[in-house]
Amino acid sequence: MKISLAPVSFCWDKATIEQFYQKAANSQVDTVYLGETVCSRRRLLKFNDYLELAQMLKSHGKKVVLSTMALIEAQSELSELKKYIDNGEFSIEANDMAAVQLARQAKVPFICGPTINNYNRASLDILQTMGMKRFVMPFELSKVWLNNVISQPAKANFEVEVMGHGYIPLAHSARCFTAKHFGLNKDNCETICQQYPKGILAQTQEQQDLLRLNGIQTQSASHIDLTDELMTMQKMGVDYFRISPSSIECLNIANELANKLTSPQLENELIMTTAELNKKLSPQACNGYWFGQAGLEQI
Amino acid sequence: MELLCPAGNLASLKAAFRAGADAVYLGLKDDTNARSFAGLNFTPEQIKQATKLAHSQGRKVFLTLNTFPKPGEESRWYQAIDLAANIGMDALITADISLLDYASRRYPHLPLHLSVQASATNLAALDFYQQAFNIERAVLPRVLSIKQVKDLAKNSSVELEVFAFGSLCIMAEGRCHLSSYVTGQSPNTGGSCSPAKHVRWQEQGDKCLTRLNEVLIDTSGVNQQLGYPVVCKGRYIAEDQSQANYLLESPTSLNTLSLLPQLASAGIKSLKIEGRQRSPAYVEQVTRVWREAIDSFLNHPESFTEQARWNQVLAKVSEGQVTTLGAYERQWQ
Repeated sequence: MKISLAPVSFCWDKATIEQFYQKAANSQVDTVYLGETVCSRRRLLKFNDYLELAQMLKSHGKKVVLSTMALIEAQSELSELKKYIDNGEFSIEANDMAAVQLARQAKVPFICGPTINNYNRASLDILQTMGMKRFVMPFELSKVWLNNVISQPAKANFEVEVMGHGYIPLAHSARCFTAKHFGLNKDNCETICQQYPKGILAQTQEQQDLLRLNGIQTQSASHIDLTDELMTMQKMGVDYFRISPSSIECLNIANELANKLTSPQLENELIMTTAELNKKLSPQACNGYWFGQAGLEQI
Repeated sequence: MELLCPAGNLASLKAAFRAGADAVYLGLKDDTNARSFAGLNFTPEQIKQATKLAHSQGRKVFLTLNTFPKPGEESRWYQAIDLAANIGMDALITADISLLDYASRRYPHLPLHLSVQASATNLAALDFYQQAFNIERAVLPRVLSIKQVKDLAKNSSVELEVFAFGSLCIMAEGRCHLSSYVTGQSPNTGGSCSPAKHVRWQEQGDKCLTRLNEVLIDTSGVNQQLGYPVVCKGRYIAEDQSQANYLLESPTSLNTLSLLPQLASAGIKSLKIEGRQRSPAYVEQVTRVWREAIDSFLNHPESFTEQARWNQVLAKVSEGQVTTLGAYERQWQ
């Protein structure tokens, strides 16, 4: 099993993004996904900027996948998507069926991202015949579900990736909730989401952390943390443990986990450091989905 | 332009036809559809009866198979497809790739409507489902502006169906995990959004607390009219504020009566009324208004105006008695 980095879902400024990927280039992460997946109005980095970052990461020995938008509504967004598909070098992460369609037409290998509705083996097998090489398990599914799907009827012909660390994207809307919060709408949003590098935390009226507003995307307030399940996943045959960036520090977790995979004898010591890091990064954790419970639960 | 209405049971189906629906959609009494509320939906025998009744009146009936099969339990979904094909239902509304594949290979004569749960919002996605599974129609998620709907209608090679009236889902359908994040039950795998068993209203002095799996979704006055509690229509406190607000959306329903001429001229094939979980009286009232509006438009398209009494009837049965154009109107976004 290897460690992968999901695309940055928040609207970080260009300098921070560049700094993040410089550090990622020198980390022990195996595969890096990058690109804007949430909102086409975020234009701090353009396609060519991502391509440059992809080249830089590749030159450091990283495998690179270009991630595409989760909710594609306009023709202009399809044209942008086409540019990603036609990059000529890197495989892509399809987060909408539009990307599956264009990738299969162009015979570009693709990875089905977590926002493609893959709920059973028969569907995955069909996508595999269309060029899918790997899929990221949809967020709301569980360990038991995954075990069933990848082992029956026979071992799957595609790779499997599980999001194990980071805030969970729960929904996408036409409406920009960050803009709405400031009395703006999507067409004059002033890219105000830049001011919230971890989204806007929303609590219930009993001060329970519940959601995180990230533009048109709504995320979990709690941080998913499956670092304790790393070895279990490896035994199950999961190919990639995915970390969704919530700050530059998450690369330290990535390094810890990569070390643990290569030197399992250090396990105890590493569990300690990872736990400390996690505490700092995410005071409130959740792992319910993995255990077949409500996503916000911590089992 | 087809008027497609919800039928949670046989009484609603009859009410819909009585009030002028061209077609109804309904589901089986299990988790093969995303409205698996207790007391709702049809047994296979009732579906046969419903289909016979619809056809005797020259109307259509579509089977809603809009959840994604669970590993090891696929056969129930396949059996539902067999049933729809064998009794001559008019279409199957489904989103899952494996079901589309099964139905298109085994029953090429059975029209396939791509469920809104497939979340197809653009031309390439529609092309995908059309080329791979020969879908005839797609139901558009409630996240597109009217301009985007028109652009799609102009270029799409499949018929389009849009939501015309009913509860407003503000997230891209089929890709919303808010309900499962809080309750553990997902609309995609057989529950419904905010399953009733997780909902609890708790009186506390002059307040009513709305809880979903014990998570506080909203606080309101005891005499206030309450909508059905869904996570996206709750009041929460943002990190930079001290007061609770509707951060995502307030309780409101979608009403597109004012868009009827634009939807018609765009060539939208079907107008869908939401609400299989609502009463036969609701179905009848809403269907009657929309029948009258559509007929009025078709008879005199150039002089069509919405009538105040139509909107009054619709507002009365709306959540919070408020209606909106939702994402169709760019400003809402």
